[in-house]
Amino acid sequence: MYRSHVLVCGGTGCSSSGSAKIRTEMENEIKRQGLENEVKVVQTGCFGLCALGPIMIVYPEGCFYSRVTVEDVPEIVSEHLLKGRVVTRLLYKETVTENGVKSLNETNFYKKQHRIALRNCGVINPENIEEYIARDGYAALGKVLTEMTPEEVIDVILKSGLRGRGGAGFPTGRKWSLARTIVPDADQKYVCCNADEGDPGAFMDRSVLEGDPHAVLEAMAIAGYAIGASQGFIYVRAEYPIAVKRLQIAIKQAREYGLLGKNIFESGFDFDIDVRLGAGAFVCGEETALMTSIEGHRGEPRPRPPFPAEKGLFGKPSILNNVETYANVPQIILNGAEWFSSMGTEKSKGTKVFALGGKITNTGLVEVPMGTTLREIIEDIGGGIPNGKKFKAAQTGGPSGGCIPAQHLDTPIDYDNLIAIGSMMGSGGLIVMDEDNCMVDIAKFFLEFTVDESCGKCTPCRIGNKRLLELLNKITDGNGTLEDLDKMEELCHYIKNNSLCGLGQTAPNPVLSTLRYFRDEYVAHIVDKTCPAHVCKKLVRYEITDDCRGCTKCARNCPVGAITGKVKEKHVIDQSKCIKCGACMDNCNFKAIIKK
Amino acid sequence: MGKSTISKIPFKGTAEQEQKLREYIAANKDAQGSLMPIMQEAQEIYGYLPIEVQKIIADELNIPLEEVYGVATFYAQFTLNPKGQYRIGVCLGTACYVKGSQNVFDKACSELGIGSGDVTEDGKFSLEATRCIGCCGLAPVMTVNDDVYGRLTADDVPKILAKYKEM
Repeated sequence: MYRSHVLVCGGTGCSSSGSAKIRTEMENEIKRQGLENEVKVVQTGCFGLCALGPIMIVYPEGCFYSRVTVEDVPEIVSEHLLKGRVVTRLLYKETVTENGVKSLNETNFYKKQHRIALRNCGVINPENIEEYIARDGYAALGKVLTEMTPEEVIDVILKSGLRGRGGAGFPTGRKWSLARTIVPDADQKYVCCNADEGDPGAFMDRSVLEGDPHAVLEAMAIAGYAIGASQGFIYVRAEYPIAVKRLQIAIKQAREYGLLGKNIFESGFDFDIDVRLGAGAFVCGEETALMTSIEGHRGEPRPRPPFPAEKGLFGKPSILNNVETYANVPQIILNGAEWFSSMGTEKSKGTKVFALGGKITNTGLVEVPMGTTLREIIEDIGGGIPNGKKFKAAQTGGPSGGCIPAQHLDTPIDYDNLIAIGSMMGSGGLIVMDEDNCMVDIAKFFLEFTVDESCGKCTPCRIGNKRLLELLNKITDGNGTLEDLDKMEELCHYIKNNSLCGLGQTAPNPVLSTLRYFRDEYVAHIVDKTCPAHVCKKLVRYEITDDCRGCTKCARNCPVGAITGKVKEKHVIDQSKCIKCGACMDNCNFKAIIKK
Repeated sequence: MGKSTISKIPFKGTAEQEQKLREYIAANKDAQGSLMPIMQEAQEIYGYLPIEVQKIIADELNIPLEEVYGVATFYAQFTLNPKGQYRIGVCLGTACYVKGSQNVFDKACSELGIGSGDVTEDGKFSLEATRCIGCCGLAPVMTVNDDVYGRLTADDVPKILAKYKEM
């Protein structure tokens, strides 16, 4: 028994800011001070509050230390672990009260959250199967194999109302039921897991894989039993090295414990899982493209039907669910369909994980019941917009989604409401933008992404999006006309209606939603030839104000010699020479240069 | 999607590398869908996938070179050109982008005198505009090999690069 546990976050966010070094230093320092038999250091998955990383929690007190550095470690050991005196200066400010330390679950960031998919993230050591088992791990698989028929399993998932967390929101139970029944005499079926999280700015699935890989393995085995498959594939981004490593460790341990492999729980059920690495193609998030990629080809989608439930991977009946969907499954089996369907809205049950990013104080990972409003997520949990800036839009659904303006902040979030306001759930990226972001530029950003990632198989997506991007470039260059807006809208609808797969069908959404809610910004670019947020370079003018002291610093730093003026006199920018690099503004000590 | 240029840099593969690749292929060629894992291993061995290496893979798997080349140019992970000694990546994922990573990227371009996907003449640096690397709490982010630098402004770029220029 240990009297104290030190949990160090080993998720990607904290690892990127050096948490592995901190953990090693912690272990060494604990030995140096002779506490190795009293204090245990545990590496966990993501706690969610990535903005404060590297993160460390010391139990039993539950002290939440944030932005810890290697230099802080000796102090934490000698003060807190040895003498029992909390190092207040490192505590997350929200947890400090007059009477001492407040529990993390009472802070604004965690209070409104409800963790199902993330229940073990930041709690257990993901590289130790016994810690997962101690948290009821593999109990759901045991229950399914020993007490339930495959039909009963599918029935529970159907009744729970679980819908796919990867974006489109197809009912999971229906998918499973189709795959079970549609080809009655199939000799082989496959269970696939989509862990190719390609949406830029979304990292929910990665955190689940890094923090609780066994939950995904267990759920895939349950799905295998339900549809009658003996083999699973996890298609995971190669760019997620920590997730890949932990998955491989987890699979190895599960095999050693007999929880994967032959005759699991003596039930006669065989199931095994292989990991396949994605190679950086966004379109492989589409189910048929993903399966084509596992087969070793260019990841191009194919027309449906036949749906994968009938003819999927290697031509066999297959299901594909994403990581977060699977992470919910064991809990649904253990707690029942009613428990799960009691959370959420009428048509969207349970919870959803969002990756909060962009202009928000608490960047990180949150899991909230469906039906929570955007305002609650952004203002209460996310802590609002930093630097006193004004909220402009929240972007959900990544390159397939849209920008939601302030007037819809009180909309309860679920699959259907988001579509109604011109966005979509997507995999759960939620990027907040403030007044300094130009919405035309954002639309262009997403379209550049989809143009780059279009696989080129179908014409509407390959050429249509390219033309759309050209129109956007024309506008941000200051050459657009109002007719271009109508042309763009028409083209958007054409691309949506005629593209082969989900990538093309949703690619125009960022353009459509910004046209819908921020048309005035487009008009400003076209009619007034200005970018209201001062982002689009060709439409920005740098000017020197009367605050100029004539220090000459700007003139010396201008790479093209566009600034002239005498010492101690106001300087002037020659607009015909200016390349709008902003070097003058960055270098001015008197804030005398403004963007117009 | 991926770049389709054939590398102008002469191929310098060794016999050991080739043997390692052929052994890996022999051990894995019969698995279903083995082409991509084999190409990933080949890139691990050589650092990139020059046409010479693609030919070995095509021969060993008894498939047309066109198929190997098609896969190599489809996926962003595969590169037909060698990378620099220091691989610079600037994240242009959404969270980094809205916090100004384009400026960081532009600065890296002008400092190194190369664009995305290029290598400096001395082979020391290569530059890539990357997709989200998943540490959005640190946005905007730049990576140099496995080192991660976060919460950057364009002004930080020259200082970081200077460190590696001296190495």
